[in-house]
Parts: sequence; C-alpha cells; structure tokens
Amino acid sequence: MPDNLPPDAALAVTDLSFAIDGIRLIHPMGFKVRRGRRLVVLGPNGAGKSLLLRLCHGLLRPDTGQIHRNDHHPAGRRAHAMVFQTPVMLRRSVFDNVTHALAAIGVPVAQLKSRAVEALNRFGLIGLADRPARWLSGGEQQRLAIARAWALRPELLFLDEPSAALDPSATRSIEAMLGDLHAEGVTLMMSTHDLSQARRLADDVLFLASGSLVEAGEAQRFFNDPQTAQARAFIAGDLVW
Amino acid sequence: MDDASPFMAALTLILRLDPAFLSIVGLSLRVTLTAVCLAALIGLPLGALLAVSRFRGRSVVIVAINALMGLPPVVVGLTFFLLLSRSGPLGSFGLLFTPSAMIIAQASLVLPIVIALTRQTVEDLWANYREYLLSIGMGPKQAIMTLLWDARFSLATALLAGFGRATAEVGAVLIVGGNIAGVTRMMTTAIALETSKGDLALALGLGIILVGITLLVNALAFGMSRIGVRHAG
Amino acid sequence: MLNWFGALLASICLLLGHPAQAQERFITVASTTSTQDSGLFDHLLPLFTQKTGIQVRVVAQGTGQALDTARRGDADVVFVHAKSQEEKFVEEGYGLKRFAVMYNDFVLIGPASDPAKINGVKDIATALQTIASKGSAFVSRGDRSGTHAAELALWKAVGIDPAKTQGGSPNWYREIGQGMGAALNTAMAMEAYVLSDRATWLSFKNKGTLQISVEGDARLFNQYGVMLVNPAKHPHVKAKDGQAFVDWLVSTEGQAAIGQYKIDGKQLFFANAAQQGA
Repeated sequence: MPDNLPPDAALAVTDLSFAIDGIRLIHPMGFKVRRGRRLVVLGPNGAGKSLLLRLCHGLLRPDTGQIHRNDHHPAGRRAHAMVFQTPVMLRRSVFDNVTHALAAIGVPVAQLKSRAVEALNRFGLIGLADRPARWLSGGEQQRLAIARAWALRPELLFLDEPSAALDPSATRSIEAMLGDLHAEGVTLMMSTHDLSQARRLADDVLFLASGSLVEAGEAQRFFNDPQTAQARAFIAGDLVW
Repeated sequence: MDDASPFMAALTLILRLDPAFLSIVGLSLRVTLTAVCLAALIGLPLGALLAVSRFRGRSVVIVAINALMGLPPVVVGLTFFLLLSRSGPLGSFGLLFTPSAMIIAQASLVLPIVIALTRQTVEDLWANYREYLLSIGMGPKQAIMTLLWDARFSLATALLAGFGRATAEVGAVLIVGGNIAGVTRMMTTAIALETSKGDLALALGLGIILVGITLLVNALAFGMSRIGVRHAG
Repeated sequence: MLNWFGALLASICLLLGHPAQAQERFITVASTTSTQDSGLFDHLLPLFTQKTGIQVRVVAQGTGQALDTARRGDADVVFVHAKSQEEKFVEEGYGLKRFAVMYNDFVLIGPASDPAKINGVKDIATALQTIASKGSAFVSRGDRSGTHAAELALWKAVGIDPAKTQGGSPNWYREIGQGMGAALNTAMAMEAYVLSDRATWLSFKNKGTLQISVEGDARLFNQYGVMLVNPAKHPHVKAKDGQAFVDWLVSTEGQAAIGQYKIDGKQLFFANAAQQGA
C-alpha cells in the first residue's frame, strides 16, 4: 500500500490540476475514492469528467498535485483498469481480446485460456467467443470491454460514460454488470452526465462543472440536499455551465 | 508481325515447360519474394515504430520516406553497382552480377514502400488503440507487436504493393545482375533482351506471363484479405 | 503470436535467399551485345563447359562499358571488338595479352525505300557522304560500343562530324545510347539508316522493311579480341579458368566451333586467331 493513501481509500487526490496549451481544463481539486464504493463523477458535457478519469488512471500526467493510488500490480492482476465510452475492440476474436489483455499483464500462457473462459462465462459472452469483436453490437462490445477489464482482477475500475452510446436495454444490462462488480467488492469510479443513472448507481458523488469540483459527498445527501446553486440547478434539470 | 503470335509464344513457353524459361520465372519469383521478405522484416517494425513515436524531425523523416517510394530503380541499381563492384567499398564480397545483388537492390526499392504504408496503416490503428494499450500497461514494443498483428491484413496490401514494384522493375536488376543467362536473367531483363534482339513475340509472350503472375499473386492476396476480414473484423 | 509470424518470415527469407546450387566453378566474361544477341555464345559456351566443367557467365554490354566493367574488376575475361580500345586497356595494365579471335563485318542497313539512293554503292565513304548531304535519318548507337566506335571512325574518315551538324534542321543524326538491337528497332520504326554488325543483323527478328544498303567495303571489317583481366590489378580474378577460356577460343577446336555457327545457312563469324596483326 503506497504512502499517503488512507486505509479506507482506493484513490486519493490532492491539489490536482491539468492544462493543455496553457488552458486550464482541471482546476485544483482534491478528493478520495472510498474502498468498495461506487463513486459517480457527475456533471454536464465538457465539465472535465473524462479528463479527470484519465488523470486518475494515469493516461495523462497532471500539471500539479498528487494522485495516490495503488500502482502495485501483483502477478496476473492489474490494480486499476479502465473502460472507455467507445469500447476499444482489437481486430481479433472476442476470446483473443481477453487473452491479449491477460498476456499483456503477464498472465502465464498456461492460464490464459481458463481465465478468458472464466471472464466470458461470467458476463454471458462465451457463446460469442469466436466472433470477431468488431462485429458485436454496441452493447455487446461494452460488455466485452467490462469482461476484459474484470479479467484483469482490478481493485479499482474506472468507467468513462460506459453507457452513453447505448440504447436503454443495453444500458440496463451494463448497469446490472456494474452492480455485480460492486457486490464483488470492486471499487468503481464512473463518469456520467445522466442524472437518473447517477441516482441509480452512486454511493458517492463528485459534481464537476467547467473543470472545477463544485460539490462532493454521499449520493443520498447530494441528491436530497445539494449545497450549491449549480448542483441544485443541475438536479432540477436546468442547464449548467 | 502476326497479332496472335505473342499469345502463341506465351502459350508455347508455358506448355513446353522449357527449362530455361522455368529457370527465368523461378529466379524472378525467388529474387522478388526474398527481397519483399527482407523488406518486410525490416520495414514492418520500422514503420510501426515511426507510427507510434513522436520526436523532433519526425515529419521530415515521413516526407523523406514517402519521397523514397518513388526512387528511380536505375538510381538504386547504379548505387548498388558502385557499392558492390570489386572496386567499390563492398567489393570484397563478390556480390555484383549475382542474385544476391538483385535481392539487395530490390529490397531497397521495396523498403520505403513497406515503411511508408506500414506507418500510415499503423498510425490509424494506433489512434484507436493508444489509450487502451496504455491502460493495460503495454510498453512500446508490446504495443507495436499488437498493432502489427491486428493490421496484418492491411499490411499484406503494403507488401503486395512492394511486390508489384519489385516484379515490374528492370532498371536496378539489369545493372546489378548483368542479365546473365541462367544466373541473373529474370522476366523483366529477359523481356528487355528479347526486345533488343527484335524478338518481339517472345518478349511480349514473357510479358503476358509476367502480368499473369502478378494477377495471380494479387488474387491470392485479395482472397487472403477477405478471409482476414471474416476472422478479424 | 507476432514472434511466431516474424520467425516464419525470417525462415522464408533464409529459404528463398539460399543459393539454388552449391558452389559452382564459373568465370564472368564481359562481352558485347553482338556476341550475345547473335546467339554465338549459346552455341559456343556449352561446348567449352562440357570440355572443362567451367561455367561461363556472360554480361553483355557495349565494348566501352564491358572494358569499364573489367577495369573495375567485375569480370575475369573481356571479349570485345574495338582494337584500339583493347590495346589501350592492355597498355594501362588492366588486361594481359590480347588475342585476336574472329571477325565479322559491319553492314550499312537502310529502309527499302532508300531515301538517300545509296543502294548498290560499293564505297562506304560515298554512302555516308550522301546520307549526310541529303540529311537522311541515321541512327547512331551513341553508347561507346565497338560498333559506335567503328561508326565514328568511318565519319571521321570522310571528314564529317555528325555531332556538329546535329541540331540543324532537319535533325537527321540520332544518337540513342542503346544496344545494337535497340538501334535496329529504332531504325526500323523511323525508316533510318544504321550501321550494324552482320551477326546481329542476321539474327535480328524484327527486320520489317530494313535491308542491307552497303556491304563488302574493306573498311567495314570488324575484329574481335579477347583478354584476361590482369590478376595483378585485381587479385580475385580467376586467372587459371579465365585463361583456359581464352586459350580455348583461340585453339583449333574453339576456332572451328566459331566457324560452325550459322544462321539460315550463313556463317556469322570468321575465326582468324592465326592471322598476323588481326
């Protein structure tokens, strides 16, 4: 466990900011993601939700501040993984998409098959194992992306608007999967602009607007008693900028 | 000249399985395939590396390689002639007027094509894969291998373009090979020779066979890529 | 998976790149297009190889280029037809002794329409003067070959510098910088006159309306010589096998073989190794 990471947190951020070409896109902010909880990053489009997730996952380097996160990847596991809004499907079969990720994190060849089968079984994809991944429907692709991430056995999973491009039934199925992951004890940090989805899934909420952290706290309290005018307007369905 | 005679000449060559003719076709295929293979071994990883890396002067390198795709074969031939000649820096290997010299020259002609087309193909795929591959902790080497493998059916087209350039060219192999009967005489150099001997029917006959082989190879590759789409999506 | 693919590629490379035959005993001969295009080598070389077991690899170029190839050390033997250039080659120390091998003759080829009206003229000088004065199209090899050298010597002898008259109108003198066959093809297409060695002319298959305009003048004599590249200049020269080829060409057996080569019953080359001063 790295220093400065409180025992109850899967991720802790202090004084984090980020800019591109001198334009501040994330203003200094701090928060923590509590272990075993579902943290929903909420906010209108362009609030900086995706950037924040990428910074937390390590795909982008922050300009200031620190991200405390468990970067110790035990053999055959990855401490944190990410699912993208548009699933990145390798030009391979469903099965090979999973074994590729497993091989990348150093899972021994002898275990690749059994762990891939386990992941595909777990998420009801085993029947599609030999199908080229790019031929799957959008919902199936996102399901595969989650199964592929799950196969890496992360303790923290980032999800960037995982159902934004999906129809309602596919969205429900993704939400059900996330519920299962939560039940298994995986910590989730997920962004969405969909208020009702946030209501259904969130244990905790980070409310972002224009790159700033406006409000943070438990979901119950955030939805029932927002502290800021911006949050109140967003919850009321008014446009926020 | 009778209009039907080139086709008759081509047909006769094929049907009689003339050993001299077979050796010319065999040598052409051997030299060209080896050259394309060599260019692939070097060019695929280099092109992919160029696609995923960002460094100062990268665009200069890309422009240079794109320009090299149009390198005149005669210039390549002359360069390697001077290098490989007994009086040249690599003369002690005694490679001039051997199939090896032709392979080297052709590989040099094909290499820029392979690098440039690989760079293009892999760069498009990299734009799509980049975040995911970083997310699962892949380093550059692993990422390049993933990209090359996933782009393999598009890359086959790049190799095919290289193969096309190599089979069609006469300037380089004529200069470094010397068009020696039974040793370095290929389809294209034989065509040039037969033309100079005024045996236009035979020259055209060989040309028809060359076009036929090119068609066949392209058809095979097309079939392969169709199968590829079915399997890889 | 990719490692496996790379290994496959590499093994294909090795397999294809592997020489078809094991080490062969061979020599490289730089020679002229006329000896190759006329089919003489197809007739001679199997006889030599059968007797000695030495393969002969012929690189056919113009005489000047063939001598350059030998100068660079890229051939073991030169077999060409431009006596003064050959003697210079030996003087410079690039070649050992020059041996006369055979001769044929040059013929002036022209279109059947005979625009310069020189058919039947016996004197080559008169014929060339007529072509120049009438400005009839004339194709020159322009490639420093033996035939090109012979053609330039003939122009010089009649006191005409075709390069100087070029550019004037009409532009009758056309240098193409290519081999004999290409020059004949060009002359055929342009209805032009062209100087050719008789052997290439006889074996040329795309004659069309071309025919012999002038032949038989003593100045059209075309001598071939052969020499080993000096191993002192280029140590890798296969002196023993190369000299064996030279010796065979001038031997009774080689000379007889040259005389036996015929196309349509016509003898193409006349062996004269024994002739003084050839």
